Amino acid sequence: MMKSLGSIRRSFAPWADPASKPFISVKNVTKKFGDFTAVDDLSLNIYTREFFALLGASGCGKSTLLRMLAGFEQPTSGEIILDGQNLAGIPPYRRPVNMMFQSYALFPHMTVENNIAFGLKQDGMPKPEIAERVAQMLKLVKLEKFAQRRPHQLSGGQRQRVALARSIAKRPKVLLLDEPLGALDKKLREETQFELMDLQQELGLTFVIVTHDQEEAMTMADRIAVMSHGKVVQVATPAEIYEAPNSRFVADFIGDVNLFDGTVIGVEGGSLRIETTSGIQLRMASPEKPASGAKAAVAIRPEKIRISRQPPDHAPVNTAEGEIWDIGYLGDMTVFHVRLKDGKVVKASSLNAVRAVEDPLGYDQQIWISFGEDAGVVLKD
Amino acid sequence: MAKLASALVSRLVIIVPYAWLLFFFLIPFFIVFRISLSQTAVAMPPYTPVFDLAGGLAGILEKAREFSVDNYVWLTDDALYFNAYVSSLVIAAISTLLTLLIGFPIAYGMAKAPRSIRPTLLMLVILPFWTSFLIRVYAWIAILKPEGLLNQFLTTIGIIDQPLIILNTNSAIYIGIVYSYLPFMVLPIYSALEKMDNSLIEAAQDLGCTPTSAFWRVTFPLSLPGVVAGCLLVFIPAVGEFVIPDLLGGSETLMIGKTLWSEFNANRDWPVSSAVAIILLMILVIPIVYFQNVQAKADSEGK
Ligand SMILES: Nc1ncnc2c1ncn2[C@@H]1O[C@H](COP(=O)(O)OP(=O)(O)O)[C@@H](O)[C@H]1O
Ligand SMILES: [Mg+2]
Repeated sequence: MMKSLGSIRRSFAPWADPASKPFISVKNVTKKFGDFTAVDDLSLNIYTREFFALLGASGCGKSTLLRMLAGFEQPTSGEIILDGQNLAGIPPYRRPVNMMFQSYALFPHMTVENNIAFGLKQDGMPKPEIAERVAQMLKLVKLEKFAQRRPHQLSGGQRQRVALARSIAKRPKVLLLDEPLGALDKKLREETQFELMDLQQELGLTFVIVTHDQEEAMTMADRIAVMSHGKVVQVATPAEIYEAPNSRFVADFIGDVNLFDGTVIGVEGGSLRIETTSGIQLRMASPEKPASGAKAAVAIRPEKIRISRQPPDHAPVNTAEGEIWDIGYLGDMTVFHVRLKDGKVVKASSLNAVRAVEDPLGYDQQIWISFGEDAGVVLKD
Repeated sequence: MAKLASALVSRLVIIVPYAWLLFFFLIPFFIVFRISLSQTAVAMPPYTPVFDLAGGLAGILEKAREFSVDNYVWLTDDALYFNAYVSSLVIAAISTLLTLLIGFPIAYGMAKAPRSIRPTLLMLVILPFWTSFLIRVYAWIAILKPEGLLNQFLTTIGIIDQPLIILNTNSAIYIGIVYSYLPFMVLPIYSALEKMDNSLIEAAQDLGCTPTSAFWRVTFPLSLPGVVAGCLLVFIPAVGEFVIPDLLGGSETLMIGKTLWSEFNANRDWPVSSAVAIILLMILVIPIVYFQNVQAKADSEGK
């Protein structure tokens, strides 16, 4: 049986099918502001009905890329193809995309209803149809009672919904969302994430969302493009990004990770033997087989590290001795900071599956950490 | 103790504008209003009754019996005044419209200019205030007169061979008012446009508006409080304008400010000129009150 990464198996995976054509193709796009390169020779494919997330630290060029899709910025070089049409020179008001702005950009002089109807009126849709569509949108975002309010009379969450309703009222082929949940508090944000996902399913739209919040991207997206300094570092499903990061940067950016630097000392079956700089012996499954002597790093997530009072059976491979340095109790799980002999601190987490534990681990206790052969990922850089 | 003091200070701060209004508006208003109910007299001051405190309260009440509304009746009898009011309002309205047509693009251009040069542009708009208003109006005489700079220039480049007669016509008044009051139009509109979030325009374009329709559906409606403020700041003083029609206008130009001036100085008719002033004030109070309402509404709708 084939193993699949992560626990979810998605049936929706057009990117894996060589026959399917991308809906949006970003080809070698560069955007410069003066001397500064905000987007650097970036290429991406996004497929119909995909929920695609652009994830990266603030200032890495996510919004700039989105604004090029919307038509507010022109690429310095490269091209963007949408549904077979080259978007070069097409102004925002002729693109079949709509954008939900980070600031919401609601028209303060119009009621909620008129905000939602704005684009429909502009297209000259007949009045009864506008009324019908607006009512439908208000229902969708549960704002029926607020139709006659002005934006300043709404709460942050309600404004966010108006902005969303306004941006989907025209039934665009693609909805661009720039940090759509950034201004909401945590609880509301989590609720809204699932609502957005439902909405996207229901309407069958293609969503491109910008976020700097990795959890948000992981929760919602079919695929994530991790960006750094105007470049895409990895494009993959959330599970692949988490379980098989292609670089140190991605491993470090998404979630917590322990990185062990070392040197390849040989190949054993399907696995690589690596010795870390502090002498820990590792055996890791790896599809690639760099030559002996090559530098390599192994990334292991905290939840894949076990803690035991006795050395494991497979010692001395994939194990190290240390002491408990810090304990962080998070309710659903506990995070241990383990200090190894060489002073390196490793994070290990365990689920609190039962309410009370007999003889729990305590501070300064001497323990062993250990992990399986497929617990980690071998990174080349 | 400190709390009491600070409460007292905040009370005092509230009193300041009221005190200002009392001393520099209400009291002068009542003085003028009283004179408007008096009769002319060959005396010093040139009207009766004149109050003094010697007669006590009884004396004041006795003299107050002499008040009459004759001057107001007189104003309605003589078509001159009515025509002067109407023509002032018309001239002020046309000037306001012209100022708006010129001022809006200027304000718009300033608001769209790069942030770094906006302070400079703002200073250039205010710059004319650094010379005296009177000198600037006199300068327009030198420009507009038949042998003035404008005509010389146009003759030299061959556009005209007869000098244009602009000075001492209504056109000269419009030029003078538009020129003098332009900053009062530009500044409020600029301030409304400048604080507008550019993403609103982008949102409008995203929803299908061309730049032109985005302007009319978003930018212009949002600049309306500034437009209204600018129009009132130009219209109100323009109605009572005296210097510009006197220096640039012709003898046939009728404006209430000029009429008032001649009643006051040439005729030495203080009561009638006071009545003229009171009615002018009443005409202007209506737009001021309207303006206040619009402001208050805009404020309560603000972010
Ligand atoms: N109009 C602009 N002029 C100059 N620099 C810009 C402009 N827009 C964005 N930048 C710069 O480009 C970089 C990327 O910006 P942005 O795409 O907004 O980042 P983010 O990933 O946070 O959305 C930032 O360093 C920003 O300062
Ligand atoms: Mg951004």
